[in-house]
Amino acid sequence: MDKTVNNKAWLLVLPVLAIVAFSAVLPLMTVVNYAFNDTFGNNEFFWAGLEWFDEMIHSDRLHAALGRQALFSAIILAIEVPLGIFVALNMPKKGFWASFCLVAMALPLLIPFNVVGTIWQIFGRVDIGLLGRTLSGLGLDYNYTNDPIDAWVTVIVMDVWHWTSLVALLCYAGLQSIPQAYYQAARIDQASRWAVFRYIELPKMKGVLLIAVLLRFMDSFMIYTEPFVVTGGGPGNATTFLSIDLVKMAVGQFDLGPAAAFSLMYFLVILLVSWVFYTVMTGMDRSQSDIPEGM
Amino acid sequence: MARITLRNLAHSYLPTPQGDGDYALKELDHVWQDGGAYALLGASGCGKTTLLNIISGLLRPSHGRVLFGDRDVTDEPTAARNIAQVFQFPVVYDTMTVRENLAFPLRNRGRDAAYIKARVQQIAAIIGMESALDRKAQGLTADAKQKISLGRGMVREDVNAILFDEPLTVIDPHMKWGLRTQLKQLHREFGHTMIYVTHDQTEALTFADKVVVMHEGRVVQMGTPQDLFETPAHTFVGYFIGSPGMNFIDAQVAGDTATLPGGAQVGLGGHYAPLSGKIGIRPEHAALTGQGGLPVTIRRIEDVGRHRLIRAELQGVPLNIVAPEGQPVAGLDRVVFDPRRINVYADDWRVAPQEIA
Amino acid sequence: MRLRPSAIVMTLYLLFLMVPIYWLVNMSLKTNAEITGAFSLFPRDPTLRNYAVILTDPSWYMGYVNSIIYVVMNTVISITVALPAAYAFSRYSFMGDKHLFFWLLTNRMSPPAVFALPFFQLYSSIGLFDTHIAVALAHSLFNVPLAVWILEGFMRGVPKEIDETAYIDGYSFPRFFVRIFMPLIASGIGVAAFFCFMFSWVELLLSRTLTSVNAKPIAATMTRTVSASGMDWGVLAAAGVLTIIPGALVIWFVRNYIAKGFALGRV
Repeated sequence: MDKTVNNKAWLLVLPVLAIVAFSAVLPLMTVVNYAFNDTFGNNEFFWAGLEWFDEMIHSDRLHAALGRQALFSAIILAIEVPLGIFVALNMPKKGFWASFCLVAMALPLLIPFNVVGTIWQIFGRVDIGLLGRTLSGLGLDYNYTNDPIDAWVTVIVMDVWHWTSLVALLCYAGLQSIPQAYYQAARIDQASRWAVFRYIELPKMKGVLLIAVLLRFMDSFMIYTEPFVVTGGGPGNATTFLSIDLVKMAVGQFDLGPAAAFSLMYFLVILLVSWVFYTVMTGMDRSQSDIPEGM
Repeated sequence: MARITLRNLAHSYLPTPQGDGDYALKELDHVWQDGGAYALLGASGCGKTTLLNIISGLLRPSHGRVLFGDRDVTDEPTAARNIAQVFQFPVVYDTMTVRENLAFPLRNRGRDAAYIKARVQQIAAIIGMESALDRKAQGLTADAKQKISLGRGMVREDVNAILFDEPLTVIDPHMKWGLRTQLKQLHREFGHTMIYVTHDQTEALTFADKVVVMHEGRVVQMGTPQDLFETPAHTFVGYFIGSPGMNFIDAQVAGDTATLPGGAQVGLGGHYAPLSGKIGIRPEHAALTGQGGLPVTIRRIEDVGRHRLIRAELQGVPLNIVAPEGQPVAGLDRVVFDPRRINVYADDWRVAPQEIA
Repeated sequence: MRLRPSAIVMTLYLLFLMVPIYWLVNMSLKTNAEITGAFSLFPRDPTLRNYAVILTDPSWYMGYVNSIIYVVMNTVISITVALPAAYAFSRYSFMGDKHLFFWLLTNRMSPPAVFALPFFQLYSSIGLFDTHIAVALAHSLFNVPLAVWILEGFMRGVPKEIDETAYIDGYSFPRFFVRIFMPLIASGIGVAAFFCFMFSWVELLLSRTLTSVNAKPIAATMTRTVSASGMDWGVLAAAGVLTIIPGALVIWFVRNYIAKGFALGRV
């Protein structure tokens, strides 16, 4: 759509600007302040320069958390994206069951994060949880509080449980926008099921899939509450992801300087990814505009 | 290639249709000759697309059979019927190049690479897209995309029929003419059976040898463009074909005379058993005159280029008359009809004149 | 039924989603003795005692009230400020609009953990600590950008000619906006409100950090089921079930727009 140039539109944006400035810029200034200073309390600060950044960049603890975080995000993406697509392809297209599936699938998305954690904490327990009890009943040595592998499996299954529906719902919306004529043409061209997926469904899902991947990447990169409730970051540091580590550092140990430096670097990574996200998405909006609507 | 026979065919989208009105397609028997160019003409929602989808196998009819040649294909899937179809909106595989798009139906049928290459080249030449063969289909204009759809429809030499579902809807008016001519030429060249669905009479009449007119789920007439013009089998055909459509006037018919409600009499070109119905006359076959005929009130005269269209009233009933260019109309207030061109209708269906023994 | 294979897939997937929730419901209907004692798929002796505990104890049920208060405050604030901004982004181009839009987006993407401590200090220093408005404002950090994005997506679908016709007809901007434009994007406002509600409802890190007693959310209250006499599993499960219900109720109304909302109005 061609837009009118009008700098008075700034007035309409002012309320948003004020509120976000208050809740984003001011706190960020505090973080920056901590990151470059040292303090012994009493609001007295000493210039520390890049010391904290230096410390953090060379911190084994941070590297380990980052490694765990990257591995976690990679695994859940590798599971949730194909599974989400698969589920979307199998969803009913219309009628009561379509609505039913939509509602049932959206349900996990609306459960407070710590309740999600609680559900799985209970569900996985060997003494009172269905999952833990069943697994140990099958003779498996499963205990997520002692065994790092079991803890990882639990946290990953929990995330898959919690968020696969998001990917599936997005893909479903993409699939719904494919005109019936495409499927009919494919039948006439004698395309195989795979070819229909590869040449019709996948290209049409590309846009929403990109959104799904990036949302999942970013949200998993910031994950805090759910694993914290289930494992508390343990056993040991096995499931201590970036946010958990950050909160431990800032609130637990009150190492404000390093925590702030950590925050800023964390934030910069997210900023970078957001920029890629934004660029790709606005590019997509442009290329989509020549597709006729209402088919 | 094969003759396509529809036998006692009917379709309802409802599981248990009650009356006539529940049928999207009312029972019909129809044969499409091998190699014919047909147009399926009718207003939106008259069942044209339903009929087309039944032939291509995208829809299974609730009643009756579909035969290709002597083979009953009613229960066969689309792919087994070897049909090509071009849809209202261009359907192209966006991520493929134009070449891959054209080759797709052949690849799926396992044809060998050398043949595919040659055939794609040939089709590209026909639709005039040789230079764009290696471009991605995405981002092409709507009419280029529709040409690709067309090309994909024709790329298989052995198709039983090519079906077109209002294929020129999204095409710019000045491109329409070119594509239509191209289609006609392709039909002459390859002799495929072609069925062309449209609601545009110009498209139908210029494309087809035989036009099938549909109205409310029923085939009301099948004939050459000339048949449709001169002897419409149903008042709908009379209205729908021609611009403006046929004039219909209530009348009592007996022998070779029609008596209009006011008592005026009109001579007919044939003999009819007594009936109460309508007479139909094309605006082209009515003429203004100074004496004789019937008195009319002229409301408006429109100059539409090659002729003038006179909007008149005959005893309160609107009547259109075409006056040839150059004919003076001033002062003329009576109308005469060409008796041989008058058709007689009872219950909206045409009644043929009796043979005179 | 030719949909059978996909019906099986969907049944399995929905089972996977529902079984853990069922287990929570199951536990909430048992006594603690039954939970830790006998292992059973159904409550042998269903009891509502756990729910009674929550609904009669103010320190429990005030958690719900607190959560609902700040969630509603946040939704109202977010939608109110986002509406004019979304209109500006969808209709006008102005200096720095692209950068501003991007900057808003980054806030949706910023980890709450980064902001937890600074928020705590900021709100403590201005005396807003442990108030509902503090949580509502903190959640604006990610909900305002989200609301702007969703609303902008919906507004783009409204032809510009409508605005122009209204101005020609002599409508002032505020009157046009409230009387004509807002009804046109009513579904968009509904979806944006739903998402603000949802993200504010499920977020815990910030709401827990910014409250202690008076505005403590239910989700945080749940952590106190650990007591001297051991874990009160039944009450914990009942509290969990009660947090799921508001979400489940509102989903039904926006079921057809959920995906569009998650895609920030870009489907």
